[in-house]
Amino acid sequence: MGREGELVRALVPEFERRNPDLRVHVQQVPWSAAHEKILTAYVGEALPDAIQLGNTWIPELVALGALAPLDARIAAAALAREDFFAGVLDATAIEGTTWALPWYADTRLLFYRSDLFTAAGVAEPPRTWAAWRAALAQVRARGGAGRHAILLPLTEWEPLVILALQRGATLLRDGDRYGDFSSAAFRGALDFYLSLFHEGLAPVSGAAELANLQQDFAAGWLASYVSGPWQLGELRRRLPPAFEAQWGAAPMPAPEAQADDAPGLSLAGGASLAVVRSSPRREAAWRWIAFLAETEQQAAFYALSGNLPARQSAWRDARLRSDPKAAAFHAQLEHVRATPKVPEWERIASRIARHAEAAVRGAESAEAALAALDRETDRVLEKRRWVLARDDAAGSTP
Amino acid sequence: MSPGLWFVAPALTAIALFFLVPVAASLGLSLTDFDLYTVADAANLRFAGLDNYRQLLDDPVFWTSLRNTVTFVALGAPLSVAVSLGAALLLNHRLVRWKGVFRTLYFLPVVTTLVAVAVVWRFLYHPRVGLLNRALETVGVAPVDWLGDPRWAMPAIVLLAVWKGFGFNMVILLAGLQAVPAQLYEAARLDGASALQQLRHVTLPLLAPTLSFVSLMTLIGHFQLFAEPYVMTQGGPGDATRSLVLLMYERGFRWWSLGQAAALAFVLFAIILAVTLAARGVGLLRPGEARP
Repeated sequence: MGREGELVRALVPEFERRNPDLRVHVQQVPWSAAHEKILTAYVGEALPDAIQLGNTWIPELVALGALAPLDARIAAAALAREDFFAGVLDATAIEGTTWALPWYADTRLLFYRSDLFTAAGVAEPPRTWAAWRAALAQVRARGGAGRHAILLPLTEWEPLVILALQRGATLLRDGDRYGDFSSAAFRGALDFYLSLFHEGLAPVSGAAELANLQQDFAAGWLASYVSGPWQLGELRRRLPPAFEAQWGAAPMPAPEAQADDAPGLSLAGGASLAVVRSSPRREAAWRWIAFLAETEQQAAFYALSGNLPARQSAWRDARLRSDPKAAAFHAQLEHVRATPKVPEWERIASRIARHAEAAVRGAESAEAALAALDRETDRVLEKRRWVLARDDAAGSTP
Repeated sequence: MSPGLWFVAPALTAIALFFLVPVAASLGLSLTDFDLYTVADAANLRFAGLDNYRQLLDDPVFWTSLRNTVTFVALGAPLSVAVSLGAALLLNHRLVRWKGVFRTLYFLPVVTTLVAVAVVWRFLYHPRVGLLNRALETVGVAPVDWLGDPRWAMPAIVLLAVWKGFGFNMVILLAGLQAVPAQLYEAARLDGASALQQLRHVTLPLLAPTLSFVSLMTLIGHFQLFAEPYVMTQGGPGDATRSLVLLMYERGFRWWSLGQAAALAFVLFAIILAVTLAARGVGLLRPGEARP
């Protein structure tokens, strides 16, 4: 999908050289249309042999029975599972079966203006929530009118869910049958999230600020932002090279100081490659996917696209080792967790942002917002409960 | 069978095949709980009767979307027709030169691509660097977060929709205005009528059929608000600009709950039908009949 679809074509000649009996045809699809296109292709029985998937889409396609399980093939190819980041590999496994092979890894961490933080008296990026809030307050005190210490767009659910995962919230309970947003863990995360707004550290704004994000970051209108690896490329591409020294990337702060100085948890994202169950060329599709998972190909793809490799051995590449900001991502990728692996997750996540926004604006109390979110989630999951109950009664596994 | 029936048979077959059959299928779909699980396995389909409709009535998001849509209709439809009428009256004035140029310019927004236009309008609405807030600043009004403030997001969408659509109705009303005989204006002037009285007693009564048609089509079209919130705000902030059709699109095509989406489609149909019949019943909109 997206730019990757174009860039991966550069890796095809090497694969075809090694496998003279195979030809690879890459079809590129924009991200905005990809989800709908995959589902429509499934219904129309027109899926390709191998597909790229956003990790949050894997549960949906597994529920549809569209993917072929890969455990046997991974064992036969002697692919080292430990070489993949554990949290990212976990995102492709549902109930013990691996359905896709991680291609590149994605997570979120803190991008911040290191020069503004230092000038405000914050020498090191914060490692705990308390230090984080104090640091933001110091930056804000020095900043002045209209300048914000951190940008948390109300349209994004990821920062709040990251805070909740750090607090140990499960997000869904009872085998992912009901919403668990009224739990103490999630409530604690929401309270911290709300405090950032109510203390004036984050602006109460939606997507309007995102139009000019990199320019606003450079001009100091926002001193920090929670984002992913693509931001490395965007900031370097859109802003002058001299600006590189003025910002940094740090792993997420944890709720309390960790024993081994580990960062707080973040989301396990990224994309994976899967073999389509209905394809007559599953073996060939597997060979292509396994090729892209090789260490040299992972490093080569990083060089082409800037997407971070899912295999740890690929990080020994010189280009990655010399980038301290990529090192922050490496540190974070060792501490990631996936969101609940239910087909309805995207739908539930879109409502998290909406209710959190109501709480931020004071339209609902935190309690009422979470209760409403639970009610909506329970309603969305009703069909899943029925399918699971029926399958349990019939004695088959879902 | 009479020859007339044979003549319309091809057209009727096409209508039946491409309109009636899908609508009936959609009605059937709205009585089931078709969703992603059903796409996986047809055995996952349950007959739900009127449950989808009952759930809609219980759903706060449905009521919010309904309220947003009605707000858009109440604000946007009269405004759009008024602006179109004003523009048509201005363009029709005998003192105006280069009528063709102005007509083209005012019609231009109608033919622009909404996606491209939305990018520009998002910058116009930007709280800090947008032109609209800069203009308001010169008269001393504090900056408004047009697309981020739940109170102002829908008025912002109304403004965009009126700008984009007024040219279309203006052209229709212009044609209607040019059908008013010049002798009537002359007679009114001889009787000592002012410009305003001419408007009230000559122009509007003779324009009534065209105005009725334009108002009815605008009313129906505004209930189907989708493109502007989809491109500008995706239904945000919160649910402030989530319209009924946008909700239908999300439920049907993003989350594949086609049963729920079909039920919502029929509810919207019933609402538009009720409002249109009520408007005609009160005597406001009767296209084809001159006002008494």
